Amino acid sequence: MDAFILQILNGLDKGSAYALIALGLTLIFGTLGVVNFAHGALFMIGAFCAVTLQKILTLGFVPADSASAATVGGFSFGSAKETTYVEYWFGEAVGSAIVDWSVPLAILFAIPVMMLIGIIMERGLIKHFYKRPHADQILVTFGLAIVLQEVVKYFFGANPIPTPAPEAFTGSLDFGVLMGFDPYTIVYPYWRLVYFVFAMGIIAAVFGFLQFTTFGMVVRAGMADRETVGLLGIDIDKRFTIMFAIAACVAGLAGVMYAPINSPNYHMGMDFLVLSFVVVVVGGMGSLPGAVLAGFLLGILESFASMAEVIDVIPGINQIIIYLVAIVILLTRPRGLMGRKGVMED
Amino acid sequence: MTSSKFTRRGLLKTGAASGIALATPTIFTGAAWAAAHTGFTNAPQGDTVTLGFNVPQSGPYADEGADELRAYELAVEHLNGEGDGGMLNTFSSKTLDGTGINGKRVEYVTGDTQTKSDAARASARSMIEKDGAIMITGGSSSGVAVAVQALCQEAGVIFMAGLTHSNDTTGVDRKANGFRHFFNSYMSGAALAPILIDQYGADRKAYHLTADYNWGYTTEEAMRQSTEAMGWETVNSVKTPLTQTDFSSYIAPVLNSGADVLVLNHYGGNMVNSLTNAVQFGLREAEANGKQFEIVVPLYSELMAQGAGENIAGILGSQNWDWKLENQLGERYVGTNAFVESFGNKYGRPPSQAAHTCYVQTLLYADAVNRAGSFNPCAVVEALEGFEFDGMGNGPTLYRAADHQCFKDVIVVRGKENPENEFDLVEIVEATPVDQVTYEPNHPQFGGDAASLGDCNPGA
Repeated sequence: MDAFILQILNGLDKGSAYALIALGLTLIFGTLGVVNFAHGALFMIGAFCAVTLQKILTLGFVPADSASAATVGGFSFGSAKETTYVEYWFGEAVGSAIVDWSVPLAILFAIPVMMLIGIIMERGLIKHFYKRPHADQILVTFGLAIVLQEVVKYFFGANPIPTPAPEAFTGSLDFGVLMGFDPYTIVYPYWRLVYFVFAMGIIAAVFGFLQFTTFGMVVRAGMADRETVGLLGIDIDKRFTIMFAIAACVAGLAGVMYAPINSPNYHMGMDFLVLSFVVVVVGGMGSLPGAVLAGFLLGILESFASMAEVIDVIPGINQIIIYLVAIVILLTRPRGLMGRKGVMED
Repeated sequence: MTSSKFTRRGLLKTGAASGIALATPTIFTGAAWAAAHTGFTNAPQGDTVTLGFNVPQSGPYADEGADELRAYELAVEHLNGEGDGGMLNTFSSKTLDGTGINGKRVEYVTGDTQTKSDAARASARSMIEKDGAIMITGGSSSGVAVAVQALCQEAGVIFMAGLTHSNDTTGVDRKANGFRHFFNSYMSGAALAPILIDQYGADRKAYHLTADYNWGYTTEEAMRQSTEAMGWETVNSVKTPLTQTDFSSYIAPVLNSGADVLVLNHYGGNMVNSLTNAVQFGLREAEANGKQFEIVVPLYSELMAQGAGENIAGILGSQNWDWKLENQLGERYVGTNAFVESFGNKYGRPPSQAAHTCYVQTLLYADAVNRAGSFNPCAVVEALEGFEFDGMGNGPTLYRAADHQCFKDVIVVRGKENPENEFDLVEIVEATPVDQVTYEPNHPQFGGDAASLGDCNPGA
């Protein structure tokens, strides 16, 4: 029972990341009809927004009176601890608190950055491929993903960069004790709980935006019938550009908050990309609720499949579970869990 | 106004020409060709000799590859008599005098292994066939090392392995043309076990998470055998996919398994993520079986330590070498400071253990050629087999003839609690003497009696 609860919890945070990326993918596919293979790269860039802000905040100088840390022969490496500029400007307590909270602060930093990147991507490249076949779109966006990846690698290196969560959220919650189990049976890190709550918030915001605003209504109308909306005199292209920016932003924020879970590196986007596509297909192409549902479903199943007891029974199941589920669902429900008729079927 | 000279036709011509060039069949395999060049592959003509540095320049290990390349460039500089000479001044063999190798100036070409066996073989092959490399060296993965070593054996050139830690490189997959200076899984287990028992007690239950590939298997086997021999019990071991990024679903059940130690047989990005996840899940603070829960990482690297950040604090592991060795443990590790100073002055940072092993391998090869008086791979093999040396930073070292593995002290390290700066991440706990990590060439973990070097291949 406790192992069961534990893996459901585990699946929730993994599912949150899948759901957020798949949500953005589906938004872009549903509005613009573009299969965006660069979406994983947007997730990665989001994580690097957190890294960048952390680097900016920890910029510092060496106090003049400090001694060098290590000397080998005639050469000395590094110096004693640096004083960061924020500590120097705001005092030590406030300064170190700002550094400590760099990941949540990075959300504010990432929103304009991701919006801008989204608009540049859409206006600069992707709009030229609206009328081209999906294969062309996949090639060009995949190429773009590789370019973005290499740019990040050039500036940040190939090694993962630790981006810790604020001190208040390190450590873990003993869930088991709350539920009457022995201590240490169900332990769950605080930050992953934060991630789950954050993901739910973003998902609710996106749905609310589409459901309850005039802008959202126009976009939904455009998704259903782009031509008619255009004939009514509405500049749907402009709105779709904004939707692309919003989708980029969702992926970026998913990345920012993911940075403390696993140290970001330049290829983390690719690691999520393929899985996210499977999530979109399982959920049903173009269906936003489907993407979210499939994200959590596959996250939880993946967690169960990596339990030692399960692997003992079916060796290797942890590596194929997601694809296995995808095959079964596509065989039984060819349009995915919540796919609508007519999407990608022409 | 400028006008472009590119024309469609010109481009097609160039494309066709390079296509033909790429498709040209291998020439070195022709015995007649080899015989014409004094009987072995890529015998140096003229007054230069070309070495091939095959390191990951792209992919997840690109940073480690970049450090290896820095070390190689430094080694070439020193061999050619430039710079301060580095370990040439401390190396016990005195044949290297800054006049290149065997009087020939050293040049080099580089290849990108991408940390993929097929890409690494392709780049090694290209360096041998097109650039005439007489020796291939480098890499940061055992899968790559085993693959490239086999290729060099077929091609008839020497392979001086870079960072490769699997037992198999000098075990079941050992080759006459291949040599490894880096230590291996067995040595990590043998060096770590006594210290683990000493620090955490003999009554411990271990849970292994193991990367699902060659190196992971041999490391788990080595760690299990040496810890079980000293009283530890292994309660479970789970293979994790090499492509795994989030280890939470593997880590979460550990606390509940009855184990009180977690051994992470992971390297690189896997290790950074699994250790980070383990710390997130509170394993460092937890208690199990009435004892403090502990985490062990058999193979440490400086880059991994950087990636894992403060999560490595207090965690034990092993290394082939560390740049602080001579300063902290004294003269036995002479050569360390000479190398670190030279590297530091050139690049502004201390070298990693990957850089160290690559630098040393290059010097050892050069010295072997000088002592043999020939670039013939079989003469070089003979010169390296059973070679005893000192002054290369690891203390007295033997290149054992039976399996082409170097035997030297192993360094046990611990992640520092309060690192002073980005280079000061681990502290040296102990240098385990070479006797404690030595094993028989036919040890079961190394392929038993069936494992054999085969014959050296000069390529002719």
